[in-house]
Amino acid sequence: MSQTRKQLLTDPLVDNNPITLQVLGICSALAVTSSLNVAFVMSLAVIAVCGFSSLFISFLRHYIPNSIRIIVQMVIIASLVILVDQIIKAYAYEISKTLSVFVGLIITNCIVMGRAEAFAMKNKPFESFVDGVGNGLGYSLLLMSVGVIRELFGSGSLFGIMIFEPVSNGGWYVPNGLLLLPPSAFFIIGFIIWGVRTWKKSQVEAREYKIQTLEEH
Amino acid sequence: MSKPNNILTKFKNMPVDGMTKTLFVAITLCLVCSMVVSFAAVNLKEIQEVNKAVDKQKNILQVAGLYYDGIDVEKAFSSFQPIVVDLNQGKFTNRFDPLTFDDRKAAQDPQLSISLKEDPASIGRRTNFATVYLLKKEDGSLDKVILPIHGYGLWSTLYGFIALEKNGNDIFGLQFYQHAETPGLGAEVDNPKWKAQWKGKKINNDSGELMITVAKTQKYKDHHIDALAGATLTSNGVDNLVKFWMGEAGFKKFLTNLQNGAA
Repeated sequence: MSQTRKQLLTDPLVDNNPITLQVLGICSALAVTSSLNVAFVMSLAVIAVCGFSSLFISFLRHYIPNSIRIIVQMVIIASLVILVDQIIKAYAYEISKTLSVFVGLIITNCIVMGRAEAFAMKNKPFESFVDGVGNGLGYSLLLMSVGVIRELFGSGSLFGIMIFEPVSNGGWYVPNGLLLLPPSAFFIIGFIIWGVRTWKKSQVEAREYKIQTLEEH
Repeated sequence: MSKPNNILTKFKNMPVDGMTKTLFVAITLCLVCSMVVSFAAVNLKEIQEVNKAVDKQKNILQVAGLYYDGIDVEKAFSSFQPIVVDLNQGKFTNRFDPLTFDDRKAAQDPQLSISLKEDPASIGRRTNFATVYLLKKEDGSLDKVILPIHGYGLWSTLYGFIALEKNGNDIFGLQFYQHAETPGLGAEVDNPKWKAQWKGKKINNDSGELMITVAKTQKYKDHHIDALAGATLTSNGVDNLVKFWMGEAGFKKFLTNLQNGAA
């Protein structure tokens, strides 16, 4: 893989992460991270949809009329999402019950649309595919990190395997119920964004205005 | 040059943003996508239906205490006899095939259900016919009876099963197979420790009054289930739905008939 393609794949992981830098796709990150199994399947689904929708849209980019390009993108993304949803229902029924509507909501995930509109419409198919997968991976990385924190401290387990024995089963750990509720993901994502921006100063946005003191005035 | 070729060249030279090509792209894309989607839906439907059926069977095995990891669900399930019950008469009916009869569809059908005036379980309509599962012992006598129940909790309708001993009054187990209650709070209806409470509780007292209650404080030991901490509304929902389905509008007639051998 050439240097640029490799960058397309690795850039979205930290340097240009769709969630921490662009702050896209937050809603599903709140909903599906209370257990790792679910977050993992959701990650795979987003990677697949993001990669293939970019691929197909890039193939068609010279034939898509400008006036209906968003609708064309939506139709392609929606078809892929339904396909993924049907496959999950057929081969991972237990998990599909927990994911419920959230697979369907990948359609409205801004990351997928964003990559289609910003990248796939202007670049070659293979590059677009790599870019889509890269962004999917960036989303997954964050999803899994949030999932680890929420499942470990919320239910005392990882991937459903007991790590801290909770009190309700006769152990010592008192699970933090807040972590199982969607708002906790807001806090965790907020802390992660704070951490990443402290580490990589270049991600901090310039201030739009500055409060002036009287002296300066 | 032949005529069709002419049209093709003409079409090829049209601007991408023109009306003709826009319509062409829109229609072709919709056709291709709809074909892909329907192809997937039709081809995977069979596997999905099997999944659903196995999931239901698994839950029936769980509520009857017969499930363990790695069990052959279909084989184990063969010891159950599904049978349709007419709730108004409280009797078995052979009007429907129990293997294909769908209680939930029947609840939507005005011919097969009634609209509830008193509706503690918030289900709107109640089916007149319900599929119950009889677990027989090896000698053919009745061991347990498994009844489908459902009702509204806080966010969602909870669907589940209640397993009763052959006297139709002692509870063996209760389990929900579908709900969307708050994880960690209302969803603790799935907690094995909480579910274990139901075992051995009695629905009616000796004089036949409906006594089973999900509540914070205990009144009658034999009929009391501890409510879930932090999930008052889900607990109330479970309380209401169990009372409803075990009451006159639910399975009471059938259970009485079953005892008298009149079912």
